[in-house]
Amino acid sequence: MSEPVLSVEGLVTSFPGSGGQRLTVVDDVSFSLDEGEVLALVGESGCGKSMTAFSIMRLVPKPGHIGPGSIRLCGKDVLSLRVTEMRDVRGSDAAMIFQEPMTSLNPVQTVGSQVVEAIRLHERISVGDARRRTAELFERVGIPDPADRLDAYPHELSGGLKQRVMIAMALSLRPRLLIADEPTTALDVTIQAQILELMRELQRELGTAILLITHDLGVVNELSDRIAVMYAGRIVEEAPRKTLLSAPRHPYTQGLLRSIPSLARAGERLAEIEGVVPAASEWPAGCRFSTRCPRVEDRCRSEPPRPHVFGPDHRAFCHVAAREAGA
Amino acid sequence: MGYVVSNVAVAVLVAGAFWVARSVRRSDLWRGAAVDLWRRRPVAIVVVGIYVAIGLLDSVSWVGGGGTAAGDLVAQHKPRSVIDRLFPESFKERSYSAPFATAEFYGGQPLGNPGRHVFGTDILGRDVLRLVLKGTRIALLIGGLTSLIVIPLALFFGICAGYFGGRIDDAVFFVMSTLASIPSLLLLIALIMAMGQGPVQVCIAMGVTSWVGFCRVVRGETFKLRELDYIQAARALGVSEARIILRHVLPNLMHLVVITFVLLFSGLVLSEAILAWLGIGIDGSWGQMIDQARDELARDPIVWWNLSAASAALFGLILAVNLLGDAVRDVLDPRTLREEP
Repeated sequence: MSEPVLSVEGLVTSFPGSGGQRLTVVDDVSFSLDEGEVLALVGESGCGKSMTAFSIMRLVPKPGHIGPGSIRLCGKDVLSLRVTEMRDVRGSDAAMIFQEPMTSLNPVQTVGSQVVEAIRLHERISVGDARRRTAELFERVGIPDPADRLDAYPHELSGGLKQRVMIAMALSLRPRLLIADEPTTALDVTIQAQILELMRELQRELGTAILLITHDLGVVNELSDRIAVMYAGRIVEEAPRKTLLSAPRHPYTQGLLRSIPSLARAGERLAEIEGVVPAASEWPAGCRFSTRCPRVEDRCRSEPPRPHVFGPDHRAFCHVAAREAGA
Repeated sequence: MGYVVSNVAVAVLVAGAFWVARSVRRSDLWRGAAVDLWRRRPVAIVVVGIYVAIGLLDSVSWVGGGGTAAGDLVAQHKPRSVIDRLFPESFKERSYSAPFATAEFYGGQPLGNPGRHVFGTDILGRDVLRLVLKGTRIALLIGGLTSLIVIPLALFFGICAGYFGGRIDDAVFFVMSTLASIPSLLLLIALIMAMGQGPVQVCIAMGVTSWVGFCRVVRGETFKLRELDYIQAARALGVSEARIILRHVLPNLMHLVVITFVLLFSGLVLSEAILAWLGIGIDGSWGQMIDQARDELARDPIVWWNLSAASAALFGLILAVNLLGDAVRDVLDPRTLREEP
């Protein structure tokens, strides 16, 4: 098998905190993504999933620091690239779609000129050719009247259309990896379904690998092949979609799945995970979930769990689950 | 050769105005704003337009072409502007005369051009209307040239500080705080004393003392823009920092530039009047005319037309520009509610 499109190994991203200590918002995260595969990175707000994405693009805001760890993207060692080399990687090897289509486009430029800018940044082609290609892209992502929409300003488009423009822009250079940071969060439900459908179509057609970042398990179910669950800066469980949704091993994943409202259990009180995510400065020494875990043991509080393999491609970081599986 | 430079400047300005008008026409956003502005303040726009036209006419000058006293070789080789040519050399008296008077104000000697001095004449017998018209160019020069110094300076430092942050921000902020803590009038006087009292020097001095406020605004706005998603999105597409600043930050600051320009302009013209009162203004400005009229008010019967004409011209320009500035802010600031026409 060829080298994966993206492989992240022991990635740490940290910010300077108060009193000289460093807050590691992404801690020892490893995963890989093959050609044409969709990996969903799931977790609550602030668990470090967006920071993982920004680290891959090397867009972590100052004064954040990426490393130690390694990120290999299309055979390149992202963390050792020069700034100008990194600029070439962005857009052409890996592109990104953001959460807020409302604010992801420059309000004072036409949407067409923004896509044209993106294309011409990485390829030497004329404005006319770039515009033609943009119109084709617009048509491909399902924007009605693509030729007219080229000269529209962002405020003249609806949220769904803007997200389509963002997808067109991200795919304009045929990147091998597309990072979608909560691509449907800001859209209403019917539009969400359309956008997910479009992303799946395009992904099959172009063979782009997608790193899907979301807190919405419905979206995960629609689009992903594999799921990695993050909690407090660490990956707690990773498995193929069906396995993870049907037989989760980590207590956090189990809690997360139980807390999805369902019509079958209408009228019952919705299950919740007790407590709140601790702040990055107060993360416990052992298992990060130990402060909220219903099955916590003494060992969990002091010793960080090691990955335990439960099945093909299925691993979880939990002392209790590992012991039960081993027994 | 000063007049050649001045003529070229006029050509550049007119060409620039056409270019701006064309860009505005091309962009829906700005065209809408321009139409809205015209609908709100047609009178102010026309008044400002007249002032600008007078200023430009007074800046186009050339040598030769009649109107000078025969045998006055110096006058024949002096460049004269369109406004100069409207008032021939003979359109002068010996001393004060009231508006439309037929005789001198003190003494009652008959005038050379009876009943034709609309605003009367000053102590040297010069036509006041001509002086007022010539003051227009200086007022526009003060407002325009100083803004041309202030705005790029403030944009450059403000964007650098806001966008890059860290040490650059500290350095810019240090300079700004230092400048802001020196009494600006003292600094202004010191600068003019050091550089000399020409119009350009006065403009530079006023520019140096008045860019801090706008720079703060630009810095703050850039801070905000830097964190916006579309700047992040541009970075994620591999756009270079310089390009992000030029294509994504600067255009989103343009509404602030327009608002600041208009508001700064009137403030600068007014502060020149204060400088003139302190005796360090520009020769021929309205401020200087007002300053010179101080003695005239002490006479009996008083000479009122000098002061009135210069004040009215100053007042008219400032009022029109301020009204325009308010409307510009209303049109460009999305937070003010727009009543639908």
